[in-house]
Amino acid sequence: MNSVLKNTDANGCFNLEAAFRDSHVADVLDQLDSELVGLAPVKTRIRDICALLLVDTVRRQAGLSTEALSLHMSFTGNPGTGKTTVAMRMAEILHRLGYVRKGHMVAVTRDDLVGQYIGHTAPKTREVLKRAMGGVLFIDEAYYLYRPENERDYGQEAIEILLQEMENHRDDLVVILAGYEDRMERFFRSNPGMSSRIAHHIAFPDYTAAELLAIADLMLEQMQYRLSAEARAALEEYIERRQALPHFANARSIRNALDRARLRQASRLFAKLDASLARNDLMTIEAADIRASRVFAETPPTAR
Amino acid sequence: MRLTQGTFSFLPDLTDQQISSQIEYCLQRGWAVSVEHTEDPHPRNTYWEMYGNPMFDLKDAAGIMREVDECRRTFPNRYVKVNAFDSTRGIESLRLSFIVSRPREEPGFELLREEGPGREVRYSMRSYATRRPEGHRY
Repeated sequence: MNSVLKNTDANGCFNLEAAFRDSHVADVLDQLDSELVGLAPVKTRIRDICALLLVDTVRRQAGLSTEALSLHMSFTGNPGTGKTTVAMRMAEILHRLGYVRKGHMVAVTRDDLVGQYIGHTAPKTREVLKRAMGGVLFIDEAYYLYRPENERDYGQEAIEILLQEMENHRDDLVVILAGYEDRMERFFRSNPGMSSRIAHHIAFPDYTAAELLAIADLMLEQMQYRLSAEARAALEEYIERRQALPHFANARSIRNALDRARLRQASRLFAKLDASLARNDLMTIEAADIRASRVFAETPPTAR
Repeated sequence: MRLTQGTFSFLPDLTDQQISSQIEYCLQRGWAVSVEHTEDPHPRNTYWEMYGNPMFDLKDAAGIMREVDECRRTFPNRYVKVNAFDSTRGIESLRLSFIVSRPREEPGFELLREEGPGREVRYSMRSYATRRPEGHRY
């Protein structure tokens, strides 16, 4: 049976639902919904892209013309807003829909692409591109590739090779550029070639305090810890205070805060060596573990 | 004379599609694939020139196929082979190696006889191509 018939029903109509079911992409979308808190605009965009790809697949089965889709994307947002995680899911989605062959993700930064002397950059960049083939190349903080202040910088060379690759080998790999919004904008302005080759610009919003708390709950559940009622209140206050401080990195800051709370919990338990511990004691983080943070100090100068 | 060496020496030359599938198989096993070329087709010549470094951590054959194509374009008149190295402890050697490109004309080999003391004859062989200096052989 040929593939034209695969997704057609009795009347010879094309069945999008069957294509959707066959691709098993729903699992990834559900996972995206359940594992990632908030990020509503991002999720909507990803569903849009999914729909586009699915319709494109069915169109191809119907024998309609389909232009080669450009799938390169840019993810912009503040640190800790889930860009890397979403990129990983994106690789999985593209794999399930058959737009990349292997569905792995290679995450790189400037150091992996740009060489240190003349003639070093091109082989280095090509090496990375070869590793990413059949999957997604995720370039974190992509704007560092372009350093206008140094005209002998080799970053430009890496950009040119990337552009060439993005244009000529569209079916071999998908490139996702990520970074802070304002700097990415400047990067795209100074590299119009790059901007025009990227079809999907997705902006990641900051999390609200409530979302951050939900993220903390999710993290604790994975680490098999729990918060006491007072600790929960303390964490709420912590998040509020921390958001106002500089260098706030959304979910990453929350993870760090929880890691430090675990540290304090451990030393609290360790201080009473002779006391016997219940399973619950090992799991519970108390308010004191959180309130000991620098963030609760009266005048925090530049607390991290 | 068509030179045969390596894993698929008993088969006709593989098509690009077949080469790609073989490489895919190697990558699935986690072997490191490399591309090599030579002008000296003697069967005991195990040291061919490397075309770039062996490729580790690749997931897809497309990257290696591109390297193969580049090597063919750079050296259209040389032998090119693809090797797959298995680094598993206790094996640590080539698992697979096959020729993917060959010169247009292959003159073949000459049998050399050397008279030793007391009617002893030593045999050796030599490619007709290697009579000329490197770079002018094919």
